[in-house]
Amino acid sequence: MSVNLPPFQALLDAHRADVYRFLVATAGPSDADDAFQETWIAALRAYPSLRRADNLRAWVFRIAQNKSIDAHRARGRRAVPVASVPERSEALPDEAPELWAHVRELPEKQRTAVYCRSVLGMPYEELAVLLESSEEAARRNVHEGLKRLREELADD
Amino acid sequence: MIDVERRLREAALELPGDAPAVAERADEEGLLDVAYTSVDSPLGPLVVAATPKGLVRVSYSEFRGEEDVLEELARRVSPRVLEAPARLDGVRRELDEYFDGRRQDFDTPIDWSHLAGFTREVLRATAAIRFGEVSTYAGVAEAAGSPRAVRAAGNALGANPMPVVVPCHRVLRTGGSLGGYTGGLERKEFLLRLEGMLL
Repeated sequence: MSVNLPPFQALLDAHRADVYRFLVATAGPSDADDAFQETWIAALRAYPSLRRADNLRAWVFRIAQNKSIDAHRARGRRAVPVASVPERSEALPDEAPELWAHVRELPEKQRTAVYCRSVLGMPYEELAVLLESSEEAARRNVHEGLKRLREELADD
Repeated sequence: MIDVERRLREAALELPGDAPAVAERADEEGLLDVAYTSVDSPLGPLVVAATPKGLVRVSYSEFRGEEDVLEELARRVSPRVLEAPARLDGVRRELDEYFDGRRQDFDTPIDWSHLAGFTREVLRATAAIRFGEVSTYAGVAEAAGSPRAVRAAGNALGANPMPVVVPCHRVLRTGGSLGGYTGGLERKEFLLRLEGMLL
């Protein structure tokens, strides 16, 4: 039996701003536009073959997370020396870049977990679906990520 | 201790939310199965939708909510439904001209493939009724190849997914009374008046 998927536009309208901010925060302002389009094109491609219509937000954010990771890796290949400050910032207000720069340095899953939990208030159950992990592991990723951020911000 | 979560939440409020558009790229990639937009008309706003093959839907938004119509398209045609006004520029122009009295026939292609059997035959027969002419439910049933299926023809017309362009308003009851119209009888009267078939 096929599921009743909502019109794709409804999904886009519901999550476009959140997904975009997530990508600006985790992939960086200069890669966010491309990652955003890649996310939604990939989602649109796979959409009709979805077997379930629940957890659509977690599904879209999982794709967004993968595109964010791709952007990180591509930037890694472009090999800017680690010591030099990355190209971020024109699009961001003054205080925030530091904070997001620290977020971007977290391990992949922690980065997603911290953002989705702290900013979007995502329930652990949903976060576990997003991360394809147990709820326990999702909790741990949030906890570890926040701990690390706290330490780094205290050092600044 | 630093409240990191609060700082993240506050910083997120400052992040830009104006994301780039998706529909154009979706179209380029061949993923825009159903493009829709809203078109203003003297009968109120219309939702107009097309597949790459042609028009699939025209709906009176005041009669049935846009959300409903989009859900129907997602079920009936494809869930890849996106707002993409550019893909409907041609239909929009033809509708404007029609309501302005500058056009009698629609040239925009129609995608018939999502309509089944008899309904499709009835609507094709209806599409052949010219501007300035009218037919009857019996006449359309006959033109669709089933002269006795008058009631079924009426049902098919009532479920016409492309009113105005497939002119079901030109189908009257035998004897000349107006019959029904999905979208409200006053809309049927308006269209017949526009075409000079009603004083």
